Amino acid sequence: MKIKSAKSRVTLQNSITYAIVLAFWVFIQIWSRTGQMTSLFKGLLVPICTYVILAVSLNLTVGILGELSLGHAGFMCVGAFSGAFFTKAMADAIPSVNVRFGIALLVGAAVAALFGFLIGIPVLRLKGDYLAIVTLAFGEIIKNLINVFYVGKDANGFHFSMKDVASLNMGPEGEVIIKGAQGITGTPKASNFTIGILLVLLTLIIVLNLIHSRTGRAIMAIRDNRIAAESVGIHITKYKLLAFSISASLAGVAGVLYAHNLSSLAATPKNFGYNMSIMILVFVVLGGIGNIRGSMIAAVLLTALPELLRGLNNYRMLIYAIVLIVMMLFNSAPKAIEMRERLFDHMKKKNRKEAA
Amino acid sequence: MAMLEVKNLSISFGGLKAVNDFQITIEKGQLYGLIGPNGAGKTTVFNLLTGVYQPDTGSILLDGVNITGKKTIDINQTGIARTFQNIRLFKELSVLDNVKAGLHNHHPYSTLEGILRLPRYFKVEKEMDQRALDLLKVFDLDKEADYTASNLPYGKQRKLEIARALATKPKLLLLDEPAAGMNPNETKELMDTIRFVRDNFDMTILLIEHDMKLVSGICERLTVLNFGQVLTQGETADVLNDPQVITAYLGE
Repeated sequence: MKIKSAKSRVTLQNSITYAIVLAFWVFIQIWSRTGQMTSLFKGLLVPICTYVILAVSLNLTVGILGELSLGHAGFMCVGAFSGAFFTKAMADAIPSVNVRFGIALLVGAAVAALFGFLIGIPVLRLKGDYLAIVTLAFGEIIKNLINVFYVGKDANGFHFSMKDVASLNMGPEGEVIIKGAQGITGTPKASNFTIGILLVLLTLIIVLNLIHSRTGRAIMAIRDNRIAAESVGIHITKYKLLAFSISASLAGVAGVLYAHNLSSLAATPKNFGYNMSIMILVFVVLGGIGNIRGSMIAAVLLTALPELLRGLNNYRMLIYAIVLIVMMLFNSAPKAIEMRERLFDHMKKKNRKEAA
Repeated sequence: MAMLEVKNLSISFGGLKAVNDFQITIEKGQLYGLIGPNGAGKTTVFNLLTGVYQPDTGSILLDGVNITGKKTIDINQTGIARTFQNIRLFKELSVLDNVKAGLHNHHPYSTLEGILRLPRYFKVEKEMDQRALDLLKVFDLDKEADYTASNLPYGKQRKLEIARALATKPKLLLLDEPAAGMNPNETKELMDTIRFVRDNFDMTILLIEHDMKLVSGICERLTVLNFGQVLTQGETADVLNDPQVITAYLGE
């Protein structure tokens, strides 16, 4: 009986998470239809979805696998470029923008997963701060490498160079797709808020189902005690790499979504640098390490707040800081947790009385 | 054929011969004790048997299979499970999930089946729940199944570790100081549990223990280790009356 109640509690919690996402979608739809939403905020809707996916996927590495990774923006970058590259390169072969975008999402996820796997092999041998530093470096390396890539396409197929456009040696009708530091321009704007929300839901389903499965149990067992996990026959390297690759591939999906929201995509320190990695980590830490729903809410609030507070221009950053501190206390201070639980219990009792 | 047959096992760390020319033969179904003063190398022997350390010399045969130099996971799958001196539970997992982690290799389904929630996920998870609950019942832990493991009292954490080890379906169970930190009542209860496990799971058990009441109460044979070497081995009563053992370990 006890097990059943524990199981149904998990199901209930997951359903609440999905319901919050759907409620958010309905809320935004109503808000934008009634015409109250500023155009600046409209522009934030897809980035919000991107950040939520990033936060949830990083929480898989930080909270569930228990390894601190600071290179998440790097995987997003890989996903963004491979997805956008696919969309551009296949413009003639697949005319429908939406179909191309759909396949681009898969391509971005697969390429990012491959990078996660390859980088994971050496990196996951390290622990703690060392792992954080090395992932940080890999994130930067990816971003800088993409900045020197030149890829073009003409009748003979693809041309690749790491010097400049001229050294691509393309035919006269050829088109440059990735142009070094200028990146990829002219990606169709296929992303919209509804697609973003669908991808958020998909990410949540993958991550939450993974956590509450045999694989998730193995991953968390490794997090809690590596030696004991090994002693009961759990393959450490396999599950660490698996978790890391899934996390990277979801970051890749976020990247593709991000890329198809912009007409020109370039790897700058601002969008794919370590600042971005740290920001994603802030979402995770604020929302609660290992708390998927929390990181999701933190990502939405922290992305939307600066925009919502624009009216209070001078005090904007001050309020932002206060919200940061309050959220941190709310999530991790023992007193706050106690209070929250009391409130929850109280509500439950009330519901029971009403039911009776 | 003996369940465990170890011959001239040695390992040194730097200049220190931690275990030197260790040998032991344990018959199927035996309850065997490994005793000796602190620092004698008892836990090192466990670590050698489970592949945490690779021995410099020697051979380890489990039920006729040579497991010398194999990795921890492979040794576990061949049939050795252990508990730890300083409890190593999956602290943030529930009591039930700790045992289910032990069932990992015996009730498999793929990651994809888990994510997509295919029928096999529900079927196998149900089997796992049932099996884990049965194991928890043996240790009187079934009422705490959905507790977080770190919230269990100390004695129950030790029991949970044994349950988790048993979940991997071993042939040989290694218990590293199972009664450490237990009061006399808990120790007595533990003795009954260990006997119950041996009889009902058809298990061979090797245990390290300092509590002489437990050792003389349940162990059929003993090996005494001192400075990494076997001091003596044999029937429990004989060993405990051996003047050498009394000088080196038990005291007058």
